Amino acid sequence: MTLRKIIVAILILFSFILQGTVFQSLSFAGISPNILIILTSSFGFMRGEKEGLIIGFLCGLLMDIFYGDMLGFQALVLMYIGYINGKFCRIFYPEDIKLPIALIIVSDLSNGIIYYVLLFLLRGKFEFSYYFINVILPEAIYTIVVTILFYPIILKINTKLETREKRRAKKFV
Amino acid sequence: MSPIIRKKGEKFTLPGKYLLFILTFVCCTMMLLTFGTDIFNKPLNTVVGYVVVPFQEGISKMGSWLSNRTDELVQIRQLLEENASLKEQVAQLTEENTILQQEKYELNTLRELIRLSDEYGDYEKVGARVISRDAGNWYSTFIIDKGTEDGLCVDMNVIAGGGLVGKITSVGMNWARVTSIISDNSHVSAKTLTTGDNMVVAGDLKLMAEGVISFSYLLDSTGNVAEGDKVVTSHISDVYLPNISIGYIHTITQDSNNLTKSGYITPVVDFEHLEVVLVILDLKQQADESEADIQQ
Repeated sequence: MTLRKIIVAILILFSFILQGTVFQSLSFAGISPNILIILTSSFGFMRGEKEGLIIGFLCGLLMDIFYGDMLGFQALVLMYIGYINGKFCRIFYPEDIKLPIALIIVSDLSNGIIYYVLLFLLRGKFEFSYYFINVILPEAIYTIVVTILFYPIILKINTKLETREKRRAKKFV
Repeated sequence: MSPIIRKKGEKFTLPGKYLLFILTFVCCTMMLLTFGTDIFNKPLNTVVGYVVVPFQEGISKMGSWLSNRTDELVQIRQLLEENASLKEQVAQLTEENTILQQEKYELNTLRELIRLSDEYGDYEKVGARVISRDAGNWYSTFIIDKGTEDGLCVDMNVIAGGGLVGKITSVGMNWARVTSIISDNSHVSAKTLTTGDNMVVAGDLKLMAEGVISFSYLLDSTGNVAEGDKVVTSHISDVYLPNISIGYIHTITQDSNNLTKSGYITPVVDFEHLEVVLVILDLKQQADESEADIQQ
């Protein structure tokens, strides 16, 4: 168990608990932000495909156990989101805020659309525009607002961990 | 050279691509398995319950304390206005009360006449606190702080404020998930109290914000069902106990097939501000059996 694993595990638990409690009471018109998406996609583009997909899988699994009907559904969606975000690791610079925000918006929108298609459209609820305007879009906007506060914290934790790892690697060489 | 062949002295790492395939397969298997069976529920629910639930309890207690404080500040001005209007109401209500007293007497005699069992007073109940709400925005589920340790199990009915809230859909040692009747994937078999006509009450995401739920397949052949009629759970449901009130009919319209009616119901329960709920420990199946025993 390295320090990174412990801290990431704490971050996942922390965001999951916040999402179910604090952010539900801070919801506007019944819509609350999705901070597990922020966590998954930001670790995806900061650390690469593998870490993104593992964190996505864990976040999704937690959500499935507590709130899902089928175990593994949200885990699968978040895992792919983390993996695809990991593809952008090569063009990510910590100083740039545009790419993270764009990626998180796209991730949250696609998460909402996948969710709608698989769990609502297939049950014969065809009014996509209603669900898009009233659930998917507000969630994405709210998520972005929270990203502006939450993302710098994640970035700072990650840079701290990375400098620590580099120092240790140097020591052993 | 295959990337997963282990070389001497090299640390073994699995590339992301392969891990993605493996976990996709794992997820699909889990989905298929949980669709048919519930083998994962017991161990996972127990483990997660011990890690997450204590935090959720603490944070939601703190959150509700904070929101109570802010509410208090906002409410002081409202309270003053309310007080004036309430005084007027008191006068009105005393008048109404005398009328109601008379009607109550009439009701008691009628009740004895048809032997309507007293509203779910005889079920065994346990109180529980809502500690967390659905993390997504699609369905309406929440977590309560009682589990198998307190005798809860799946399919138990949950009530609050005299009305049906939902049923338990998943349970761990010290937590349980309640799917409320306003959730988009919930269907309840119900009937009107006045005429006894059956209908299906279904939650709908579109209506969740408006605070109503929809009903359909109401076979009202005599045309006696009207707006304002009380709707309760029916006898033919296999999960919900009979005669738990759901709400009052808000609007009613004839379906295009001219046979059935549908419309909206205003629920009795305030789903937006649920804090404490009651879980009925009697299951529908068990209750039926014990009734059958008495009859024998």
